[in-house]
Amino acid sequence: MERKAIVLNAKDNVATALADLAAGDTVALEVDKKPVSIKVVNPIQFGHKFSLMDIKSGSPIMKYGEVIGEATKDIAVGEHVHVHNVASTRGRGDVAKAAAK
Amino acid sequence: MSFLGYPRPDGSVGTRNYVAVIPTVVCAAATARQISENVKGSVPFLHHQGCALTPSDLALVNRTLTNLALNPNIAAAVLVSLGCDPVDIDGVAEGIAKAGKPVEKLVIQDVGGTVATVEKGTRIARQMVSDASRITREEFDDSYLMFGAECGGSDTTSGLGSNPAIGAAFDMLVQKGGSAVFSETTEFIGAEHLLAQRAVTPEVGKTITDMVRRYEEIFLEKGVDMRGMNPTKGNIEGGLTSIEEKSLGAISKGGTMPIQEMYEYGERPTKKGLTISDGPGYDAPSLTTLAAAGATVMFFSTGRGTPLGSPFVPVIKVTANGATYEKMNDNIDFYVDLARKGNMGEVGAELYAQALQVASGQQTKAETLNQDLYNGIFIIGPLA
Repeated sequence: MERKAIVLNAKDNVATALADLAAGDTVALEVDKKPVSIKVVNPIQFGHKFSLMDIKSGSPIMKYGEVIGEATKDIAVGEHVHVHNVASTRGRGDVAKAAAK
Repeated sequence: MSFLGYPRPDGSVGTRNYVAVIPTVVCAAATARQISENVKGSVPFLHHQGCALTPSDLALVNRTLTNLALNPNIAAAVLVSLGCDPVDIDGVAEGIAKAGKPVEKLVIQDVGGTVATVEKGTRIARQMVSDASRITREEFDDSYLMFGAECGGSDTTSGLGSNPAIGAAFDMLVQKGGSAVFSETTEFIGAEHLLAQRAVTPEVGKTITDMVRRYEEIFLEKGVDMRGMNPTKGNIEGGLTSIEEKSLGAISKGGTMPIQEMYEYGERPTKKGLTISDGPGYDAPSLTTLAAAGATVMFFSTGRGTPLGSPFVPVIKVTANGATYEKMNDNIDFYVDLARKGNMGEVGAELYAQALQVASGQQTKAETLNQDLYNGIFIIGPLA
């Protein structure tokens, strides 16, 4: 069977879809060589990410075993994870400017 | 393994055998292009730099033009300047001649206008092509190759498939004693610690993190939010959320070998093996610095698909996005199937074999479709 999504590192809290997924689809995954099953709550396009667990606002989003940004709101397991609920923490001149004021 | 390449007087080996027609300034670009249009086997390098530059950018343009002509794929060069432009045409010509390459200078304001310059340049370029055509391909060990890698039009498949496949091909060449270069410093942001860990000395590691910080500080000082620029609109549609995510995928095109050095845009490495050129995250001027560094075969990883090639260097397009491979098939040379549960080493070996074919003369899609007209030169400007 073709893989529908992939988790790249055991530290990750998101998976990347390798096919278009519909809301309510259950996806079989392998995390640290153990099978995990996640029900996605939103439609997830090919290449987009969904959450493997509940993530609190302000917590790091992990992919490749590294930090790729910070949750800007609480994210539920199976939810689409993208620019609407994650923010980059690098190259943020706007944050630096606000802090300087 | 081996390939068929063109020997150069400085001991390097080219995969193509072009005469370069290089304007030193944008004002000479059309004249240079007309010369190259008259002479089959000559290729122009078009850019819009060369005037009203800060001293550091002028030095950048001088060295980039010199080192482009020193690329092993170039047999000889014609330089075309306007005359009032500040680029050091004598210094550029001297740098090229030092490597034993034929080089001629034409100054439009001295020769007397476009028609006279095109006539003179055409005669010179024609003779150079005729001389270069006597150099024939010979068999060389693949350690004489230098790979370059670029990624553009990225989506999440770039970091999952096409970049790691290129990285595997990089590892193979470096392990055989060859060289490889990648760039795009802005797309190290968030992943620079992983590159610094692979540096051969702490000093090289510090250069990597310093050069990344140099870019990021411009954003911080100017109060600009990088999210408005990178990842791009297309990257975000493709599922890339942040510059950190993009960078972590981007660096995998550099493979896993030790990093020997990182140097400024337009410079050449002083060491063999894997090196990094400083450069921007946008594709065309990034291909320029890879060519100036001496890459003779390039890989270009893309998720969304792109036609862009390089004037002097064959560019092999690689995608791991199946929809893009079908839709943009005219522009993509190699497909990495993510559903295939093979290991990346196997895919990398297939890509490596294709690179040897291309090195020996097989034309890439970008070459056959003439997608190599304009790469340009990156400058910092008075911002830094």
